[in-house]
Amino acid sequence: MIRLSIQARQALARLTLPVLIATAFGVMLLGKADTTLAERARTGLADALAPIYGAFSGPLATVRDTMAGAGDLFALRSENAALREENERLRRWYSVALALDAENAELKANLHWIPDPPPSYVTARVVADAGGVYARSVLLSVGPNHTVRKGQIALDADGLVGRVTEVGGRSARVLLITDMNSRVPVVLEHSRSPAILAGDNTARPRLLYFQEGVHPAEGERVVTSAEANAFPAGLPVGVVHYGASSLPEVQPLAHLGRLEVVRIFDFGLNGVLPPEAPWRSAPSVIPAGHPDRKR
Amino acid sequence: MSRACFPAGLTTLLLLVLAAPLGLPGQPQLQTACVLASVYFWSLFRPAAMPAPMVFLLGLLSDLLGQAPPGIAVLTLLIVQGLALRWRRELARQGFVLVWMAFLAVAAGAALLEWGLTSVLSWRLFPIGPAIFEFLLAGGLYPGFATLLTRAHRSVAAPEQA
Repeated sequence: MIRLSIQARQALARLTLPVLIATAFGVMLLGKADTTLAERARTGLADALAPIYGAFSGPLATVRDTMAGAGDLFALRSENAALREENERLRRWYSVALALDAENAELKANLHWIPDPPPSYVTARVVADAGGVYARSVLLSVGPNHTVRKGQIALDADGLVGRVTEVGGRSARVLLITDMNSRVPVVLEHSRSPAILAGDNTARPRLLYFQEGVHPAEGERVVTSAEANAFPAGLPVGVVHYGASSLPEVQPLAHLGRLEVVRIFDFGLNGVLPPEAPWRSAPSVIPAGHPDRKR
Repeated sequence: MSRACFPAGLTTLLLLVLAAPLGLPGQPQLQTACVLASVYFWSLFRPAAMPAPMVFLLGLLSDLLGQAPPGIAVLTLLIVQGLALRWRRELARQGFVLVWMAFLAVAAGAALLEWGLTSVLSWRLFPIGPAIFEFLLAGGLYPGFATLLTRAHRSVAAPEQA
């Protein structure tokens, strides 16, 4: 160690904090100027932490279920009544669905219909909430030899969850549809009117840019549309709900607050790059041979 | 050696645990509030245990765990440490209530700074609701947090005073 006098050492100690504050400004500027560096740092950390979080996911699931169970106890009676009513409704639909299925099979056979190939998917466990205060995203733990790419679509058992924005060696980050940067092209199921689902960091994203003269009905289902070649048509997204303000919002069908396992589908669509892609504004800087380059 | 690392290590562990999906309401704000309270407390009462480079690393870890532009938490925590160190001579002798009032001021400033920087760096005005919630959570959390940390400060980190 270099031998410094006491005054020098004191002066050095007094300088540390201002130097580190200047470094903090430097880090901020660097993060803005070179987004790939920030992304690589984030994916590196996520890769290191994902196995650790994955190992603890069992006990964590128990903690989470206990807290959810404690909350459920208060709403037990009303939830019971609602579930009974839903059950009744679904039993009636079951027989209708069977009849429609038989008719569908007969019509397909008559028309010599060629079915689409089934999409391939990867199932991954959610290991961390990775958004922070001003963003909504989750961290998934995927195996070492995975085929997950940016822009692939994440679905819950019930509905659309979001899109993959960052991929590492052992982890992937999914931007939820409730994040402020998320814009999903959708279609209202009954009126067939296209619209945009815009997240705003709350539990219910807003419905924007629907056609003039169209008033989304309360309870109307919202599904993805194939516009912009970003999503396949028909994925269930949510149900229209009018909240405190009179603007239409969508209650997502997926349980975004309690995600445990999601499926990442590869529909082969790359019309629109995901929101955090660094070369969204300058496609010419994509290096040759990179899968995102379309030339 | 490990006793000296104990406060910083504990804060890092707390940060990592609170990033896991525990299903707590307001968990991301809780994460920031805990780190803020921890850095303030240790900078005020035991600065040797929370050196500036450690605070830098804690802030970087906090930023990289979330989706925020990196550097925001770093700057906020370093400024909090700077303020705590400057006021250390006056505050360390005062009663708990005065220290808490000072922390409320610091937390309000930190929440506002974080909101402002996130809005500027993302070119989009975020709603101020989460920032206010973060400030209230930090302020309400501090007494309990400080009680636990004082006990640790007196016993584990310095057993000669136990």
